[in-house]
Amino acid sequence: MAARKAKGFRPSLPVVLTLAEVRRENEQMVTLLFQVPEAREAAARGLDLGAFVPGRFFMLWIPRLDEKPYALSHVGPDGLSVSVHKRGPFSTRLGELEPGARVGFRGPLGRGFWDFERFAGSERVGLIGGGCGTAVLAPLAERLPRATLVQGANTAGRVLFRDRFAGQVIFTDDGSAGRKGFPTEWLDERLAAGALDMVYTCGPEAMTAAIASTCLRAGVACQVSLERYMKCGVGVCGQCECDGRLVCLDGPTFSAEELAQMPSFGRARRDKTGRRIDLAMVTPCPAEPRKPPAPQSL
Amino acid sequence: MGKRRPKPDISVNLCGIALRNPTIMASGILGVSRDLLMRAAEGGAGAATIKSVSPEPREGHSNPTVIAYEAGMLNAVGYSNAGMEEAVREFHDAGKLPIPIIASAIGRDADEFARVAAKIMSCGFAALEIPLSCPHTPGYGVMAGHSTPEATERITRAVRQATERPILVKLSPNLPAIGELALAALEGGADGISAVNSLGPGMVIDVETRQPVLDFKVGGVSGPALRPIAVRCVYDVATALRKADVEAPVVGIGGVATGRDALEMIMAGATAVGIGTAVYQRGVGVFGEIARELRRLCVRLGIGSLAEVRGAALS
Repeated sequence: MAARKAKGFRPSLPVVLTLAEVRRENEQMVTLLFQVPEAREAAARGLDLGAFVPGRFFMLWIPRLDEKPYALSHVGPDGLSVSVHKRGPFSTRLGELEPGARVGFRGPLGRGFWDFERFAGSERVGLIGGGCGTAVLAPLAERLPRATLVQGANTAGRVLFRDRFAGQVIFTDDGSAGRKGFPTEWLDERLAAGALDMVYTCGPEAMTAAIASTCLRAGVACQVSLERYMKCGVGVCGQCECDGRLVCLDGPTFSAEELAQMPSFGRARRDKTGRRIDLAMVTPCPAEPRKPPAPQSL
Repeated sequence: MGKRRPKPDISVNLCGIALRNPTIMASGILGVSRDLLMRAAEGGAGAATIKSVSPEPREGHSNPTVIAYEAGMLNAVGYSNAGMEEAVREFHDAGKLPIPIIASAIGRDADEFARVAAKIMSCGFAALEIPLSCPHTPGYGVMAGHSTPEATERITRAVRQATERPILVKLSPNLPAIGELALAALEGGADGISAVNSLGPGMVIDVETRQPVLDFKVGGVSGPALRPIAVRCVYDVATALRKADVEAPVVGIGGVATGRDALEMIMAGATAVGIGTAVYQRGVGVFGEIARELRRLCVRLGIGSLAEVRGAALS
């Protein structure tokens, strides 16, 4: 296995996997299913899927383009999957790959969700996803069959994994599917009923920051998966820094208690240069899908 | 010599700056923010260096920018930084942090180096490092011809006009006559030498896709692979200074990951040691761990203070 040797130097290099299948999830997301080599070959090539924990991530590499952090949306004997929201040059190219394409996986990296084994049989757990953040919670939902998956989407056409998870609660901003409103309403109701022991969440920080502070006030444990611009992914370059924490190494999963000590959470992130940007100025998921420019007419 | 204390003294004086131990977080490692410099301080570092600052913001190279292979790391970050205007906001209280903070300024020519130095040194940095030796950024360092003795002296002289704080000039391990470069830097007004920057550049090719893994294709080599070369470079610099009868401290950088490695550098002539890739190997607490190992090793070897053994390997 790729475990750290006592004296050796631990490589961190991409392991190239072949894209087996592409599934369209909704109007802006696709899921890419990659074949995984059998265990011995995987280990020889440095891919240790046994080290994967929901919430840990991989740096996905498309040669001659870029390398970006992605959580897995599924791991199983059939392979592993990544769900991609096409929004920038990298995710657009990734989301348009066809079966047979090869992508590098460097990881798993970072700290995933923890304590979930304790809640395997519990109904008192909420998994709250917003937009493409729901994909990060999917492997956790597979391990917590009695937990409630709650997702928020702008509109019916952007609901994710509607058929994959039974019994989920769907909210849309416009009411075109499920309940009209936001997943925080569900959280408030369940907390008022004293029906929750644990909340895991991933999504836009306006939502996850509200969830973390609500849980903290209610005394209910909560873990949040964060997203920041990353370079090395292994805790040396500092690019993903958030109030002295390294999102790639200390995170990307943080507890609500930790986040309460991180004033940038929900407020600021760093760009590719390292400059701090106010999150209010960032639109993580465009309100309208980007359309190709209209043909010029004379 | 004074009385030998039971606990070995591993504090050092670097250009008049007191360090509680000789470990310095090297430039390019974690130094993008004030809060990460605090992490280095909490991790036990004697001092910490910020990530290099250029006049304008730079995005650097595309990812992959940092990878690790079996003997070290390769990086081609490409000097990404938010620019000097942002740097003075980020590091405004650098002079008030619990450990000395060393600035790092870069430019495409002597004038840019001096402009950045003049701007950022208002933050209270203890010293300024100028790398003339980056192996993987067009327009800078080795790729801009900054690592000749002439350019080294010219750039150092320009920076000397911009700050009164100690200047460390960071040299490349690539050139055989590193001692000459060190003397050129001191001639230009430097107070000390940082030896060395990353080596190479090197390349790692993925055989499945037949492509170099780094997006810039090549990157500087650091970590264990660099260590014996860095030790030799420090030895060469120290020898050249001794021959020229010049007193100046050397910061030994390259693959230091243990107390033993630090002592080796000191015996080659280093006053302090830069730590970079070892943060990947051992985490941000590596500085304090190396300091503890160094102290234990001094006890075992009967060394009372680092000054006793500095340059001990130089005949």
